[in-house]
Amino acid sequence: MLDIHLRATLRSPDRTFALDAAFRSEAPRTALLGPSGSGKSTVLMAIAGLLPGAEGHVRVGGEALLDSARGIDLPARARGVGLVFQDYALFPHMTVEENLRFGVRRLGHALAADTRERVEALAAQFGLEALRGAYPRHLSGGQRQRVALARALATRPRLLLLDEPLSALDTELRIRLRAELAEMLERVQVPTLLVTHDLQDVQALAQSVVRIEAGRIVA
Amino acid sequence: MFTPLWLTLKVALLATLFAGAAGIALGWWMARRRFPGQSVLDSVLLLPMVLPPTVLGYYLIVLVGRNGLIGHWLERWFGITLLFTWQGAVLAAAVVSLPLIYKAARAAFEETDGRFAQAARTLGAGEWEVFLRISLPLALRGIGAGLALSFARAMGEFGATLMIAGNLPGRTQTLSVAVYAAVQAGDDRLALSLTLVISVVCVVLLVLASRLLQAKH
Repeated sequence: MLDIHLRATLRSPDRTFALDAAFRSEAPRTALLGPSGSGKSTVLMAIAGLLPGAEGHVRVGGEALLDSARGIDLPARARGVGLVFQDYALFPHMTVEENLRFGVRRLGHALAADTRERVEALAAQFGLEALRGAYPRHLSGGQRQRVALARALATRPRLLLLDEPLSALDTELRIRLRAELAEMLERVQVPTLLVTHDLQDVQALAQSVVRIEAGRIVA
Repeated sequence: MFTPLWLTLKVALLATLFAGAAGIALGWWMARRRFPGQSVLDSVLLLPMVLPPTVLGYYLIVLVGRNGLIGHWLERWFGITLLFTWQGAVLAAAVVSLPLIYKAARAAFEETDGRFAQAARTLGAGEWEVFLRISLPLALRGIGAGLALSFARAMGEFGATLMIAGNLPGRTQTLSVAVYAAVQAGDDRLALSLTLVISVVCVVLLVLASRLLQAKH
């Protein structure tokens, strides 16, 4: 399902970071577990097509999104990969509904009736109907997470990427939302790769785990 | 008294339009890219803010005058003359107000979080769409403030305007030039009323600009 080998060198003024991570997974939900600074979020960015200069290959369900050897490097917008950012990155100038529709309504095109219905059904499924007109700044942490997840799923991605999905929340909320998130992921049935530093997230959310340290996968 | 006011408003509005389009595009480009010589280009774009307006006016005459590099070409192919016309005043005002909108737009684009653009890309948006639906709306307050400042600066433009467009009452005599002419002619009453008009308009614009900058998402 997932076949990944990524190489990249990241240079900042104070350090150079070499990423060379290869792994495969057939599980519906895989966790990439590692301490902060291990490069796990970088892997996610590279899979989404947001890391310029990444080499290697990214295959999802047999389809190559990146394959340096064959000169394939799809831009982020063409990868069909849904990414939920650590702090959700909801568009602050758009309502919940506008956020949800962003990925399905292209500029200058009207929203097709069946797409509208699908997004509305998704909003209902995530309990967001009452919040459709609200702006992200008025939402709670849990609500933001649901909007971010629904926004990514609205485009019907072939792969869902979650970057530290629970770290933006305080401890008490985290325990409650972990269960909620597990249930939502179980329901939507989209292949998922999630990044976390928390073993409890792995146990609750994933069937398979890959460990990463200092830019390399460790057994 | 109203002819110079309308002329000034027309010139300032058009100048802000041109400077705004160029300044927003340049600000966006400079905020996104890193290339060698960038700080030099940045300085050149800010130059009209610090150069004496007469020097700027002289540069413009060299460029768009009848025998100028661009002026020669404009006249030959399009029959356009900028010297001693109100269109020339628009050019002068646009050049002096460009740094204000460019600086404001660049800062506004640099302040907006890059992750919003990244999120938009993963949701299928191309670069134009990212600009129109994400970057521009998020930077709009800063850009609005920059536009208000540009407009105020364009309204008050004197030195470069005088050198390019001259002082032709009813044709190129803007408010600030008219004030100068009135004082030279000893017409204190006219000078005073013109001064009051331009002061009130500028205060209103500055208040507007600071309101825009203070209001946050």
